[in-house]
Amino acid sequence: MSFSATLSRELLLAWRRPAEIINPLFFFVMVVALFPLGVSPRPELLATLAPGVVWVAALLAVLLSVDGLFRADHECGALEQLLTAPQSLYIPVLAKLVAHWILTGLPLVLMAPLLGYMLHLSEPAIAVLFVAVLLGTPTLIALGAIGAALTVSLRSGGILLSLLVLPLYVPVLVFGAGVVTYAANGLPVSGVLALLAAMMLASLVLAPAAVAAGLRISSGN
Amino acid sequence: MIWNTLTRWYHQLGSPRYFYRFSDIVLPWLWPLALLITATGLVWGLAFAPEDYQQGNSYRIIFIHVPAASGALLGYVAMGVAGLVNLVWRMKMAEVMIKAIAPFGAVLAAIALITGAIWGKPTWGTWWEWDARLTSMLILFFLYLGVMALINAIPDPRQAGRAAGLLALVGVINVVIVKYSVEWWHSLHQGSTLKLVGKTSMPPEMLTPLLVSMLGIYLLFAVSVLWRARAELLWRERKSGWVKELH
Repeated sequence: MSFSATLSRELLLAWRRPAEIINPLFFFVMVVALFPLGVSPRPELLATLAPGVVWVAALLAVLLSVDGLFRADHECGALEQLLTAPQSLYIPVLAKLVAHWILTGLPLVLMAPLLGYMLHLSEPAIAVLFVAVLLGTPTLIALGAIGAALTVSLRSGGILLSLLVLPLYVPVLVFGAGVVTYAANGLPVSGVLALLAAMMLASLVLAPAAVAAGLRISSGN
Repeated sequence: MIWNTLTRWYHQLGSPRYFYRFSDIVLPWLWPLALLITATGLVWGLAFAPEDYQQGNSYRIIFIHVPAASGALLGYVAMGVAGLVNLVWRMKMAEVMIKAIAPFGAVLAAIALITGAIWGKPTWGTWWEWDARLTSMLILFFLYLGVMALINAIPDPRQAGRAAGLLALVGVINVVIVKYSVEWWHSLHQGSTLKLVGKTSMPPEMLTPLLVSMLGIYLLFAVSVLWRARAELLWRERKSGWVKELH
């Protein structure tokens, strides 16, 4: 009940301000496009760099978008209402994470193969990149939301959020980019993909509780 | 019976006034002891332990490197535990401890990184190598910086303490995953010399001074944290009766 209500509210709000969905996607594409300009357009070099470049860009795009996850609700007071409600905060937070993934994670997932192609990744590697970003972005959003919850009431949110959250992103980056490199070299990938899936499930189960605790701390009760 | 005494003592330590009295009793003998043990371990290790047959004298930096690295790791775990305690019991003392541990832990992580770089030059031929252990220590250092940045950013000290505790708790879960992910990623570092289970690969003439300097660094860490916690406590409780009675 509270899950679907929160989910539809989030989606509706985003639908009315579509620019906020598009912006992280543009950011993602632009950051990736800077690398061939800055490094070199040589295909073999780009193919080596591609997994890391796409992942770092996706990670930063998620991080920047997640900063505003609770800010609007905090400023208009909706968050206070949610905190004083007798229901547990876990379910609405989970719904917000899912909504945020649909709105910003999914576009990144759909864009990743195209960027992989532009960076001259081989076809099997592009397929694995797609699956890896699909499994990795929910983890990124869930971990970022913990940082967003802790910094929601602070004025200097953005850069502080990156300091808090970027170290937590290391495992996703290592496995996510590593598995694409494996695929490019023709090595088996299912084990690492399973690890990414495990991290996604664990973070989706545990992070909402931490986010709820963080929101309670930030609102001072 | 013992359990009851322990829980009582635990909850008493959560009271700032009791904690302050406790540190009054402990500190005067703990700090000389910590200095003595650290000095013993370091002098023993640096001057009297036998030379390594492969690395010669350069291995001796292990007597600083390993204690600092393990102290940094232990400090972060302690912060996570304090964060958990604070989430469950909302103890003021846990918040104070988190704030007190963070800078010293970060310094220990920095010492481990710097000594690692110095050790890396003669043995691996490079100051910095993207090796698994060095990298995870670097990430641990970043995690410490994150906790410190969060504490600095939140004006209300109680809120800052609780927020930092939650972050440290999340970080502790993450540190384990970071360690394994980075090891899977790339490793050049020698395997663990010290093992809790199984045989260590170090002769006792080297192992004993190493353990002594580790104990010394842990105690120095504890003393510094206690001292800082006392200062923080006095500041936070400056308006309460028991602080005014102190002078």
